[in-house]
Amino acid sequence: MGRKLLLEHINVPGIQTFEVYRQKGGYRAVEKALKSMSPDDVVEEVKKSGLRGRGGAGFPTGMKWSFLAKPEGVPRYLVCNGDESEPGTFKDRYLMTHIPHALIEGMIVSSYALGANTSYIYVRGEMMPQIRILEKAIAEAKAAGFLGKDILGTGYDLELYVQPGGGAYICGEETALLESLEGKRGNPRIKPPFPAVAGLYGCPTVVNNVESIAATVPIVNDGGEEYAKIGIERSTGTKLISASGNINKPGVYEIELGVPVEEFIYSDEYCGGIANGKRLKALVAGGSSVPILPANLISTTIKGEPRLMTYESLADGGFQTGTMMGSGGFIVFDEDQCIVRNTWNFTRFYSHESCGQCSPCREGTGWMENVLYNIETGQGSMEDIDLLWDIQRNIEGNTICPLGDAAAWPVAAAIRHFRDEFEWHITHRDESQQRNYGLAHYADPLEYA
Amino acid sequence: MAEEEVKFKVTIDGIPVEVAPGTTILNAARQIGGDIVPPAMCYYSKLEGSGGKCRTCLVKVAKGSEKDPRPMPKLVASCRTTVMDGMEVHNITSPEVIEARRGVVEFLLINHPLDCPVCDQAGECKLQDLSYEHGLEQTRFEFSKRTFERIDIGGKIQLHMNRCILCYRCVYVANQLTDNREHGIIGRGIHSEISTYIEKALDSDFIGNVIDVCPVGALTDRTFRFKNRVWFTKPVNAHRDCPTCSGKVTLWYKGEDVLRVTGRKDEFGEVEEFICDTCRFETKSTADWILEEPAPIDHESVIAANHYYEFNLPPVIQENKKLQLANEEQLARTERLK
Amino acid sequence: MLSIKENQPVEFSSELFAQFGEIVGRYPEGKQKSALLPILHLVQAEYGWLSTDAMDKVAAYLGIKPIEVYEVATFYTMYFLEPRGKYTLEVCRTGPCCLVGAERIMTHIEKKLGVKENEVTPDGLFSWRGVECLAACGYGPVLQIGPEYTFYENLTEESVDQLIETLRNKAQHEA
Repeated sequence: MGRKLLLEHINVPGIQTFEVYRQKGGYRAVEKALKSMSPDDVVEEVKKSGLRGRGGAGFPTGMKWSFLAKPEGVPRYLVCNGDESEPGTFKDRYLMTHIPHALIEGMIVSSYALGANTSYIYVRGEMMPQIRILEKAIAEAKAAGFLGKDILGTGYDLELYVQPGGGAYICGEETALLESLEGKRGNPRIKPPFPAVAGLYGCPTVVNNVESIAATVPIVNDGGEEYAKIGIERSTGTKLISASGNINKPGVYEIELGVPVEEFIYSDEYCGGIANGKRLKALVAGGSSVPILPANLISTTIKGEPRLMTYESLADGGFQTGTMMGSGGFIVFDEDQCIVRNTWNFTRFYSHESCGQCSPCREGTGWMENVLYNIETGQGSMEDIDLLWDIQRNIEGNTICPLGDAAAWPVAAAIRHFRDEFEWHITHRDESQQRNYGLAHYADPLEYA
Repeated sequence: MAEEEVKFKVTIDGIPVEVAPGTTILNAARQIGGDIVPPAMCYYSKLEGSGGKCRTCLVKVAKGSEKDPRPMPKLVASCRTTVMDGMEVHNITSPEVIEARRGVVEFLLINHPLDCPVCDQAGECKLQDLSYEHGLEQTRFEFSKRTFERIDIGGKIQLHMNRCILCYRCVYVANQLTDNREHGIIGRGIHSEISTYIEKALDSDFIGNVIDVCPVGALTDRTFRFKNRVWFTKPVNAHRDCPTCSGKVTLWYKGEDVLRVTGRKDEFGEVEEFICDTCRFETKSTADWILEEPAPIDHESVIAANHYYEFNLPPVIQENKKLQLANEEQLARTERLK
Repeated sequence: MLSIKENQPVEFSSELFAQFGEIVGRYPEGKQKSALLPILHLVQAEYGWLSTDAMDKVAAYLGIKPIEVYEVATFYTMYFLEPRGKYTLEVCRTGPCCLVGAERIMTHIEKKLGVKENEVTPDGLFSWRGVECLAACGYGPVLQIGPEYTFYENLTEESVDQLIETLRNKAQHEA
């Protein structure tokens, strides 16, 4: 059994309440940080921990914090990114639902470290129940003196608010999130300036994922060095993995980084193997935007080494034979699943969620969706595969924000590893329509195009 | 001794230039001028916050600066990236940039109706120029294009959303030149559109400038609609004593008639000064204006073709009576110009 | 293209205004536009959708231009710009849910309710639509129902039937 830092008490009855959470040692990190550490000490511990942003980019959190500009007389903000929408990812929902005080405690510690006196938790609007849970947790923490004016008599003030989104994946991009929090359309900003210099209301701002913020609690409690002892190399600590797809035990698992991918899929402690006795066909290891891996590249890397659940090992082989840790959205495909249809589905998602600001993403994602739809429904041609390749290449790297890349990568990887399946759809038009992939058409599909 | 002004040295496609800190790569390139200036469909130097969206001005930064010579990992939007001292930029000398730009042009065109033959913007359309220079000869897009109804927004402005490339310039105009923005971008992604949401007439002293800043034929002057092709009209700079704006405009003549009034545009297609709607829409008689001189037109522009240059007789016409007859009008004009 | 066919004049209650005021208080002075998204959620919860009149009144309350509200309301997918059924079943249609049968569930709902996506049943009770990833991939197929956005997980044809029945009864009791 690996160590659990975030979900240790997840099964304790009543852990959602302040009382039980406190009994289980909750809010010790707030006491320790506010009473015995300077804000810079906290930043230092987070740096030492090697914690990397858990939202997808994997940027070292401590370094991000140290970039925060600190001009005199200008407020600084901490904004928590709870706009979890990356297909395959549902760990933040899980954390906020079952152990909301872990996030609140992390917010207090992190806000203190950054010198923020007002902080916001931006939660996607669809998670209205979680918003209510967090609001209740905030009220409880405030009543107990952990929020508000002069927290624990230390002179530190902090107000914490929950902000609902309105239904837009793009608001998971930090500058789009800030725009949304300012009451505008979620159009990502053109960078620079980065939020660390000019973020919310033009003030220096740090935006961190829910899990990253919650992870600061054990880091403050046990020290950054202790946290860094878990994991391998630059993949330190524990990570929440959202496991879904054709597995026996879908759900959220906290792993010590470094668990072999094979163990994660087949061990009863985690996914419990492929459902219905089927064989493994493919894996999307880090949320829909990371490259899909075919079965032969999942358990071992191209070099024949065991593939581990770490940032480095998952990325081993680059985009040719590797993938990314991303947000930890672990989607498992069994032998019945159709890669073409899934690629079309993901592309439809990105097209639907494109903000429409820059031309390659706005036009390119919709175009790819159309071409993929044609191939999937038996109307494609061989040239379409090359065309798709061209379109994704023209999108990648040329857009304002990473959504363009996120839309391009899955298409590129699907063609790279499953080109034969695309070709089969084109050469076997009728059969490709009759074959049951477990993905029945739900409405007259022609209507969609 | 006065303190020397700090200047950054930048090279663009191998051409060095010294610019003030804070200058964008695009504006540094404009200081050099010529072919190495990246095209800009959404950036407009007079509109704050514009740019970064169309991605046609992408360039490669091969060397970040003297201090940090690392290249930038991705192509950058030259209109929104500021120069650093010692920066080396590749525009038309980078195959990567040329390819990316061709991709962007293709994206801009897939949903564009290509209705240039009936579009009032034809001849002064930035998208036309861009496609001519960077586009493919054939479309690879085999789907129905997204379409919108044509609408009149106000008595004087027509919106052809089909042609729009969503540069947002008109939104910035309304935000920055008028005190009541009534149109904006509604919808999302491929369904984004310029709209007032509910039927509403745009009404403000300066709203007509949306026509001048529109890089394509999405916002056109209703008072000029189908009156003439721009290359048959003759631009003349003029001014009047206007209580609202500078009154410095370009009048577009056909014979004796002023068919339309626009702001004066510089070599990059941007108006020098925004003009008011009275000047633009209400004062269309020569008597209203003090004429200055023919407006300078880039000799490569189609607008120049018919007016400032002699009709260059191809040898075949010199020998063929029938062709001479067919080109009578041009020949007569050439005679007059001599 | 968006075409707005209906409008509905509204008068916000003093309770609603009080809630608006509480929300505006969360932001620094002069940044009241930040309250726009949460306020639109409240208005939609009250009236079921966002009519032009409602949006204009929100704009007036926040001291912003109506177009700024339209721009936002049309960007985010949670806001309804036309009347919907009392219960809108929003089924996740993204990859991971489809791996476990979301498309089958949508076909079933369409057949069961007898209306197409985004249409309203004749009794005005139900509408449905496919929505993008709801971040519950491990419990798919899933659907949610506003304005509380209650979640229904691991859907089967039977559980959907049951849900629709329960909602229908609930509506009858309320009527």
